[in-house]
Amino acid sequence: MAHHVEVQHNEIRDIPKPNTGWIWKTFWVLVGITAVEFVIAFTMESSTFRNSIYIVLTIFKAFFIVAEFMHLKHETKGLIWTIMIPTALLIWLLVALITEGSYAGELLQHTFNS
Amino acid sequence: MSTSSSTLAPTTNSVELEHPRSGTWDGGNEPFKASYGKLMMWFFLLSDAFTFAAFLTTYGMIRHRNPVYVGDTKDFEFSTAYWPIPEKVFNAFPGFHGIDLPLAFVALMTMILIFSSVTMVLAVEAGHRMDKNDVQKWLLWTILFGATFLGSQAWEWSHFIGGHEEGTLMSDGTVFHGANLAVNQYGPVLFADLFFFITGFHGTHVFSGVCLLLWAFIATTNGTFEKRGHYEMVEKIGLYWHFVDLVWVFVFTFFYLV
Repeated sequence: MAHHVEVQHNEIRDIPKPNTGWIWKTFWVLVGITAVEFVIAFTMESSTFRNSIYIVLTIFKAFFIVAEFMHLKHETKGLIWTIMIPTALLIWLLVALITEGSYAGELLQHTFNS
Repeated sequence: MSTSSSTLAPTTNSVELEHPRSGTWDGGNEPFKASYGKLMMWFFLLSDAFTFAAFLTTYGMIRHRNPVYVGDTKDFEFSTAYWPIPEKVFNAFPGFHGIDLPLAFVALMTMILIFSSVTMVLAVEAGHRMDKNDVQKWLLWTILFGATFLGSQAWEWSHFIGGHEEGTLMSDGTVFHGANLAVNQYGPVLFADLFFFITGFHGTHVFSGVCLLLWAFIATTNGTFEKRGHYEMVEKIGLYWHFVDLVWVFVFTFFYLV
């Protein structure tokens, strides 16, 4: 009797069809951007311009991972800002310390050259 | 007087009697419409993002502090005098010894990790549908890809530590092969140190993720989440797993490409 009830329970509970179109779309976008990065790595000479392209493409990839895979795009505005504002401050840290590093590097070279 | 003391007066509103502690100041309001667990995972990931950003910023600062190699890429040779070109350091592929395949292996690792992210979303999606079999299937794929990534990283590390055959003539007149925290054949000491710390810290995150996924797989198989009525735990581990993929996207750009 108990077995019969269980079987019935499994039959009644129907599982909806998977909706995975958006997942694969995001996947192909990420693969595409990575492929473009590789093409650039072997066709362009290293320069500040090339690095800027890399950074822009990386931010695109990060956007798709966070917005779609981590679902942040579909959260409330409050949560989105709570995550984005502190993260944006990191750009300041990055720019400040890279500038500092370049300055220290130049200073060291001048010290040893003169 | 009597109208202004509504907060002290006993509640007579029928809605509040039926749902006690549901008012805004009783904590009944969810401004972010996310569960406690998911919210805390987001805040943990934010703090983790700061740790990784500190690592990558340190890399940027130290790289800019060191001289750049000037000259043709073809004539590049390893030297402790300038920062190495990443594609000259990471150009090996398992089974293709002695063949110059710049960044090929790291491209494969990147694809493995992106693919594991996809199987992770598929597991979360299956969880929303309460489809136990699909959750199991996709969790298992994610564990497989995660473990493959860890294995690849182990190979990458052993190759980096073992070094290229030629080695580099060091300032003391000896030829040095590979790398450790004090000496390396590729460039300034800090180049290898940053490699070990950044990819190592990321690898530790992948390892923790694989452990969490294994636990979630066992719990799913035992029907723990089925009985609970939701697969939110899979969703939270998913957030963590995507974050690890996200960090790799940045490590890949700033360590291997730039």
